[in-house]
Amino acid sequence: MCRLFAITSETPLSPIVALEALDVMREGHDGSGVGLFLRDLGGPFEKIKNSPVLSGIFTADGLRRLDHFMMDIGFLTKHKISIKIPKAQPQGIPRRDVYLIRAYEYPDEWDKLTWEETQNRLTRIRLQLVEMGSEKEDMVVFSFWPDVIMIKEIGDPLTVARYLDLDREELHARVIMAQGRQNTNYAINLYACHPFFLHGYATMTNGENTAFVPIKEYLMSRGFDGYSGFYSDSEVFTHILHYTMERLGLGIDAYKHIITPLQDEDIARHPSAALLKQLKQTCRRLIIDGPNCTIGCLPDHSLFMAQDRKKLRPGVVGGYPGRYAFSSEICGLDAVLPYRDKSRDIQPMHLDTALVGPDRKEIQLCRQTEALDLPN
Amino acid sequence: MSSNGSIGPSQLSIKDLPWQIVWDKEKCALCGKCTAVCPVRALELGVFQKRAITPVIDIRQASASSFSVYYGIRQKTAPENACIGCGMCSLVCPNDAILPVRGDEADKLVFHINQGGAPRRRGGRRNAPGGILDRIKFIRISMLTDPALDAGRHEFEFRTLLGRVLTPEENLRHLKENGWIPPVREIYPLIIGGMSFGALSPPMWEGLQMGVAYLNEEMHMPVRMCTGEGGCPPRLLRSRFLQYVILQIASGYFGWDEIIHAIPEMKVDPCAVEIKYGQGAKPGDGGLLMWNKVNKLIAAIRGVPEGVNLPSPPTHQTKYSIEEAVAKMIQSMYMAWGFRVPVYPKISATSTTLAVLNNLTRNTYAAGLAIDGEDGGTGAAYNVSLNTMGHPIASNIRDCYQNLVRLGMQNELPLFAGGGVGKSGNLAANAAALIMLGASGVQTGKYIMQAAAGCLGSESDRCNICNVGLCPKGITSQDPRLYRRLDAEQVAQRVVDVFVSFDTEFKKIIAPLGRSTSLPIGMSDALGIDDQAAAERLQIKYVV
Repeated sequence: MCRLFAITSETPLSPIVALEALDVMREGHDGSGVGLFLRDLGGPFEKIKNSPVLSGIFTADGLRRLDHFMMDIGFLTKHKISIKIPKAQPQGIPRRDVYLIRAYEYPDEWDKLTWEETQNRLTRIRLQLVEMGSEKEDMVVFSFWPDVIMIKEIGDPLTVARYLDLDREELHARVIMAQGRQNTNYAINLYACHPFFLHGYATMTNGENTAFVPIKEYLMSRGFDGYSGFYSDSEVFTHILHYTMERLGLGIDAYKHIITPLQDEDIARHPSAALLKQLKQTCRRLIIDGPNCTIGCLPDHSLFMAQDRKKLRPGVVGGYPGRYAFSSEICGLDAVLPYRDKSRDIQPMHLDTALVGPDRKEIQLCRQTEALDLPN
Repeated sequence: MSSNGSIGPSQLSIKDLPWQIVWDKEKCALCGKCTAVCPVRALELGVFQKRAITPVIDIRQASASSFSVYYGIRQKTAPENACIGCGMCSLVCPNDAILPVRGDEADKLVFHINQGGAPRRRGGRRNAPGGILDRIKFIRISMLTDPALDAGRHEFEFRTLLGRVLTPEENLRHLKENGWIPPVREIYPLIIGGMSFGALSPPMWEGLQMGVAYLNEEMHMPVRMCTGEGGCPPRLLRSRFLQYVILQIASGYFGWDEIIHAIPEMKVDPCAVEIKYGQGAKPGDGGLLMWNKVNKLIAAIRGVPEGVNLPSPPTHQTKYSIEEAVAKMIQSMYMAWGFRVPVYPKISATSTTLAVLNNLTRNTYAAGLAIDGEDGGTGAAYNVSLNTMGHPIASNIRDCYQNLVRLGMQNELPLFAGGGVGKSGNLAANAAALIMLGASGVQTGKYIMQAAAGCLGSESDRCNICNVGLCPKGITSQDPRLYRRLDAEQVAQRVVDVFVSFDTEFKKIIAPLGRSTSLPIGMSDALGIDDQAAAERLQIKYVV
């Protein structure tokens, strides 16, 4: 089973913190891959928060093609991190040419664009690069977004971290999400490694989503570029989150109502019954069947955790004002935040969404049976 | 036969018939029950003469023969009396002395039954055993990170939507602006398909209605039943049980006066209105209620004279096309109930289904599309229609679903599949296969008659006399002497049994796939079939 760990902190932290937590949770045959999502970056990226950062893995040829492509569309490199690969290759980690983390300057003509249009264009460029990469297998692009870095690799998480020297100040971030173990349901593919990212939303999930094919078909037919990929059955969790918040204009408290709606008798008693009944009917295609524990990050840097309806996967949230962590097992949390008040840990159940907002002051728990916070 | 007698072309021997009656003289008690029960009077009292030769050892005396007479059963060979193999005779025989046996070759009766220039019309089924649905396997069993569910203990929510579903964005906008949101019913995915009050006997219809009401009110399973064409008894129209009924309007408009008149007095809305344009067993034939079944009650409900044939035209004669019907008929039906009742058409599966579907997708009033495949049953149809017309349901429903996926409307216009669901007894498996191919729900009729009322028909031309009102079990007869054989209470009980056991079997299929909170509509990654061509056609996995 996948191990999940996410942390949000007032002061930037090294990604190694999250990877060590994964290592504590490791069991059995785990650790066939690792995915890292870093946001609200510290270090050199602190000052260039608005510049889009491209993260991916490239061959030497791929990098040349990337440079041509980016120059053609007017993007200039603003800052880059060079990851020097040691000569000795640990067992189980493939040899790569370049791990790329590069911040760009927007082309001048983008200055006039609205944020919405900018988001769409950034997504299209990322998808174009993914497509170019799949043609010649020379580039893998995880994200292209301001203030976001993503690193994914096959291999034992901690070994990968040491090999790539991820414990460096340049990579410190205030929000870190990490997942250990590759996707096992479909073909092994770097893109299938969690977390997934779309338009500022990121999620990672353990478990399996058996409703994957109908959900995928539904999302693909929504006519939105970003609903693509689908290398993993869990990727749809990110897309559904984006769909709920961006396309339907609902809040994070509605997310669980989309993926795991209440049963009819509970809806009848709910303060937002009329809306929920309609949501359950119209979004029926997006209902997932667990077991899943989903941890996600919203564009405003909130972190949340939601569970499926009944075949719950473990998940715990704990910490103290200024620093909270989300973990798929308590031992992961213990390893990183040993001095927290454990009695205040929260293990969200089938109706709960646990949320730590951008202020990192407290854990909010919204129950599905409570009234929705609806925008006017 | 005398030596100078003539043997005409239509003079058949017992061997020429599809069914031969095997009768055992030694066991027969001559009680006469078999002859009394036979619906087609295939049996008559036979008087047989037996010659016995008594040899004498004493050569001085001549041997003698003696004649004795005995009574027994004689099988008639006239086409109208040919044994239909229903087996009622063996059912009533106290000594197991009689049994119909299927002939060992293609029967000659088929050439001779069409006397008077009218080809054979029969009720029942297509008589083609097997089919693609029975060959589909469910191959995606959750065994890796998602453990299979416990079918016996988990909570399951098997509900499907009947009604036009707006896109989530549009729906929220309508909700906010107080716009019209099309009515949607949450129902059980297995619907009892349209079998009319004229086609079925009163106890059968009553039994089905009682069963459905019990399922809803006691078992909390929102099962719905379609009336078929022919109206609805006035008391039902004015009762709260109407909400469990889908009213069907077909091209004959039979019974609709009664329904329209009852609207002001209706306590509840019907579940939905189904406009029947075609049925899978006899596409292009329209319905037919033969005169034998049009008794006083049926005539009164349908608003017609007694004892006349009631053919429905193959198409709605007031309509130019389905496109036009979508615009007119669906809308007028919506208006009749104040836009509170979903209205959807039912068509025969055909190579033009996609065109019909595409038209419906452009109309927000269309609440769904029911598609009836070639294996559907019928109360009456020409032999040739039943046997050779129509389109299999599996590929038809798959094409339609994939078309909806391309349009991005797979959640919006529900598809209901019918026609041969459970014809080999695998109701739950067939239904699950159709749902995973893309149907939102399935309709079944034949299976219900068989399982809930003991219909004797099978997929080998057994019985098949639903059309002439001689149903040996009294299921499809309007003759009180026959339908008194059927007890409505027992039918109701069996209907409940059927649905509850279906539910268990359905869970046994769905739970291992890891599903429980929503129907696996379109979950085609779970399906496999051992036929390469079928796998390619249905876009499911090929497994051997």
